[in-house]
Amino acid sequence: MGPQSDSFEALAMPLFDQLYNFAHWLTRNREEAEDLVQETYTKALKGFSSFQLGTNFRAWMYRILRNTFLTSRTGLKVTMTVPLEPEEDGPELAIEHDTPETILLERSNRDLLQSALDELPVYFREILVLCEVEEMSYQEIAETLSIPIGTVMSRLSRARKTLRDRLQPQSQKGSAAIAKGTNRAL
Amino acid sequence: MPCESWKTKLDTYLDGELPSEEMRAFDIHVHSCSSCAADALARVQMKRGIQAAGKRFAPTAEFRRRVQGTIATKPHYSFRRMWVFAAALSILAVASLLSIYLGVQRSRTEQAYSEIADLHVAALASSSRVDVVSSDRHTVKPWFQGKIPFAFDLPEVQNSEFSLLGGRMTYFGQTPGAHLIYAVRKHEISVFVFQEGVLRGRWDESSAVTKELSFNVATWRQGGLRYFVIGDAGTADINNLAKLFKATSS
Repeated sequence: MGPQSDSFEALAMPLFDQLYNFAHWLTRNREEAEDLVQETYTKALKGFSSFQLGTNFRAWMYRILRNTFLTSRTGLKVTMTVPLEPEEDGPELAIEHDTPETILLERSNRDLLQSALDELPVYFREILVLCEVEEMSYQEIAETLSIPIGTVMSRLSRARKTLRDRLQPQSQKGSAAIAKGTNRAL
Repeated sequence: MPCESWKTKLDTYLDGELPSEEMRAFDIHVHSCSSCAADALARVQMKRGIQAAGKRFAPTAEFRRRVQGTIATKPHYSFRRMWVFAAALSILAVASLLSIYLGVQRSRTEQAYSEIADLHVAALASSSRVDVVSSDRHTVKPWFQGKIPFAFDLPEVQNSEFSLLGGRMTYFGQTPGAHLIYAVRKHEISVFVFQEGVLRGRWDESSAVTKELSFNVATWRQGGLRYFVIGDAGTADINNLAKLFKATSS
């Protein structure tokens, strides 16, 4: 037996802000994000009778949003231009002590990180947002993205490495700029 | 296990997704290995940085209201349903009123029968059952003149099994009426005559005689008067006396 339709609002509205944030990260556009969220809620309400109480409602909503995105014009463009499941990289190597992370922390450069995230391919961007921002477990991410947990782990690892790689030159540029400014001052 | 092996699992460890035994082993290792501890710290900082940077976009209040408006549960009443609902309510109200009315009427009727029975029993128990003692209807009828605000006829019972014992004044609802007592074999039967408007009740006139408080009672309306014949005699006697009165008054 399906859940009562009046409980949909109570379950779905608390997720509104985070779903919108996720939608904006996917679409990178306010209007498209709003359309995506609106359509997600409409579809979810229609399909709510098929939702089984006791299963993960949050993952169910995110899955609907992501599937809706993939069938949207922007989503189709993304899936046609980049592979959904890129080739496996080799084992990740240990990071060095003078890392982009430490430089980033020292400068508290949120803009730098946001633009680096923004430039990531959508399949890396979405998994990082789900894991780090929404703090989903691997199981939840697997349900949301409809992929095995092993794939979640490998994709997450590659996404982090790619982000670090992209931050590295920017960090170095930032370091150089700071050093240059310091020398001038001296 | 060499450090490189630990480091390949560092992200999974920091995500809290390693099996519990490995988590404990990793905890011990990080506390004893400065290189892994430094890497772990750096990655935690990266996680926090992404978390802060990732919470970037917020919906407008207007957009939230719009979506909420589309999914809010609204009571949906069609005109037809409302009409049916209103009709059902009306029927229910009428039924309730009717039920209350009938209940009140039934209660009044039962109360009236009860009072008639009381008047009958009280008179028979009295040392002076009748105020006018006579078996002659031409004596009894004039006795009521000026005492009650109506006139009525008494049947001739000489050729019947009934005998008139006499009459007395009685009151019902503070209104005067006539009380006649007849005898049939060893039974005594009371006949009450009141103005119809005085007695409020829903009288059962479908059958000639009804049973009220173990007494047999016949009642009818005739000439603006309400008649009661009540006694412990059989239904045939009650009915026969009632017929005599009806024949006389018609």
